[in-house]
Amino acid sequence: MNTSSLVSIADISKQQMLDLLERAKYFEEHPSSDLLNGRVVATLFFEPSTRTRLSFETAVNRLGGRVIGFSDASTSSTSKGETLKDTIKMVSNYVDLIVMRHHLEGAARYATEVTDVPVINAGDGANQHPSQTMLDLYSILKTQGTLENLTITMVGDLKYGRTVHSLLMAMQYFNPTFRFVACDELRMPKEYRDFCDANGIKYTEHTDFSPEVINSSDIIYMTRVQRERFSDVMEYEKVKNLYNLRNAMLADSKPNLKILHPLPRVNEIDIDVDDNPKAYYFEQARNGVFARQAIITTALGIEIPSADKA
Amino acid sequence: MEKKELAVAALRNGTVIDHIPSAALFDAVRILGLENLDTNVTIGYNLESKKLGRKGIIKVADTEFSEDILNRIAIIAPTAVVNTIRNFEVASKRRVQLPDVLSGIVRCANPKCITNNEPMHTRFIVTERTDDGDVTLRCHYCNHAVKGKKAQIV
Repeated sequence: MNTSSLVSIADISKQQMLDLLERAKYFEEHPSSDLLNGRVVATLFFEPSTRTRLSFETAVNRLGGRVIGFSDASTSSTSKGETLKDTIKMVSNYVDLIVMRHHLEGAARYATEVTDVPVINAGDGANQHPSQTMLDLYSILKTQGTLENLTITMVGDLKYGRTVHSLLMAMQYFNPTFRFVACDELRMPKEYRDFCDANGIKYTEHTDFSPEVINSSDIIYMTRVQRERFSDVMEYEKVKNLYNLRNAMLADSKPNLKILHPLPRVNEIDIDVDDNPKAYYFEQARNGVFARQAIITTALGIEIPSADKA
Repeated sequence: MEKKELAVAALRNGTVIDHIPSAALFDAVRILGLENLDTNVTIGYNLESKKLGRKGIIKVADTEFSEDILNRIAIIAPTAVVNTIRNFEVASKRRVQLPDVLSGIVRCANPKCITNNEPMHTRFIVTERTDDGDVTLRCHYCNHAVKGKKAQIV
């Protein structure tokens, strides 16, 4: 049984989440170490994702480990018709940990069933991307000093946005209030609204990205509205600029507000927001390395030096 | 009832699966792997039924199936009743029961699911059961949910 893998944020408990965040904090304070000395990690990117791959590889390198892998399935034997199972079994002979990204949903879960080597899911299609959620949580914790009782506004594509769904699930333990801002076509799906109802999570829904919504928020989580998500092009044209954030809109926002975005952004956050200290999306990406160092060392069962963090 | 029982030969020993919805009969035959048996198998299709309108019935001579095997048809034929016959007597009679996990029975409707792209078994978890027999299944791999009635059989 493969128990130290991380496939979905839903697989880990509140305590495991808090432990990972504690570790991420440690790695922010001690970014470089030799905790992974002599270990080899595979980064198997069956689907290209430069940002995520570089973040994971940086995490391994900063921990003193070594990386093998591929960044595109066309350079692996998948292009010769090898099954995922065979690729995973073969790579398992070489490495201590597998980080994998795949365009097919459920690929990482399946991988954990064919190997005893821990597997970290770095995204499987539209399904799960738990390290993104951990870095989002870490960014929220770091900027707000707590995860408890926050008002989190999610804006843009709430229907297909994998990151907002996972964040919503992860926040269930911390008594959040959500504001969902989206057009009807990209509204938060019923299953997640039901999830909120079932777990006593407060939320309001808005089609208008209004000052009231902005000014009541501790976190604004922006996402990109993609044209290909619309069945009706006219509808897209109508809403495409409704959920864009400009600096002027932040004039009366709370002092502790931070703007998050999983990146890449296109025009949903105007570049005039970048210089506002409330813009946090680039630091958010930096936190990704610490969160991934935490996930990697946890998966490998490596203890971090306790106490004297000075 | 009496007359229909006589329409097909009575069993000395074996299994009778009754009250299968007609629409599910041939899927049930396939799920149970009856085409691989070399014993006497009688399949009745579109028989009259007070409860179902039309029903199917399967009689398999000299064979008893494990509960696990029989429960595999519950997803398509929740009304099915299994009678075990020993020496012309009904030794036991019970409804099939949907297990909590369905392995290799239902196909995932998500074309981007790994199970539709790798040579592997599907795995579905029953996440909801209502009183009127409706169930919801969730793919163990891609988390895609499907209503039991709409589930495609592998």
